[in-house]
Amino acid sequence: MIINHPLLGPRDSQEFVYLGDASLIDRPDWQAENAVDQFHEYLYQRTNPAGEHQELWFHEQGDRSWLVVTRNTLTHEITAVELARDVARRRGRSK
Amino acid sequence: MAEHRLKPITPLGGDTSRKDTFQGVTITEVVDTALASLSARASQAAEFRAAAPKFFGFDLPAPARSASGGDYTAIWTGPEQWFIEAPFATHEDIARIVKQGFGDAASVTEQTDGWGRFDLEGPRVRKVFEILSNLDLEKLPSGGASRTVIEHLGCILVCREAGARYSVYGPRSSAASLHHALVTAAKAAL
Repeated sequence: MIINHPLLGPRDSQEFVYLGDASLIDRPDWQAENAVDQFHEYLYQRTNPAGEHQELWFHEQGDRSWLVVTRNTLTHEITAVELARDVARRRGRSK
Repeated sequence: MAEHRLKPITPLGGDTSRKDTFQGVTITEVVDTALASLSARASQAAEFRAAAPKFFGFDLPAPARSASGGDYTAIWTGPEQWFIEAPFATHEDIARIVKQGFGDAASVTEQTDGWGRFDLEGPRVRKVFEILSNLDLEKLPSGGASRTVIEHLGCILVCREAGARYSVYGPRSSAASLHHALVTAAKAAL
């Protein structure tokens, strides 16, 4: 499988490490009233879609950037690759 | 000041740098380069951008590229992060020198003895790398640079001159394994 890195171009997927669902970016506020419930959701609840899935990949043997890869779990077709940093900032995170 | 009678050794453990010659390729252990890592601090991006050309005399390279000027070569290693090379004889304390040029706009760490550098030169050098790395060297132009895996080791490959001269940085603690891989590949390919 080839991942089209936004900075470096097409790279073999063996250079990358897979983490999981990109919803891990949305870490809940630990000071919220219902923080325990939110963290339970955040840590344990995963959807397992047959189709388009956003996931976090780490370019361990490359530039060590975190990526958000949009991949179809049925066909393995990759439709988008973005720096996780950019995705997080777009969602209002500061770092 | 205390007098130290310490004897420096090369990454391969020798007194002098090792050189292996094959038909069409030489592999040289390079020990005269000082190395530092330079990272931009996110809070001072504008200051960092201004300081870089002022200190180096050239703009820091884009992703997957290196740039040279004067004593310095900068190698892109990741987003907002570069490795800086300079001659060891004049820049033994390279981290301090670079830090002075950037102040609070950058984080600088000493890397010199964390890495071992091998230079591969010669007209048939690409043949050797075809065995070693999945990086497409045909597409790596002069000045190109990338991290890649060689012999299960995370290495940094710098193309000094396309098709003719390349540098490999690997972890110093595994320099002998890396050297073994380079020599074995050269024997097999040439």
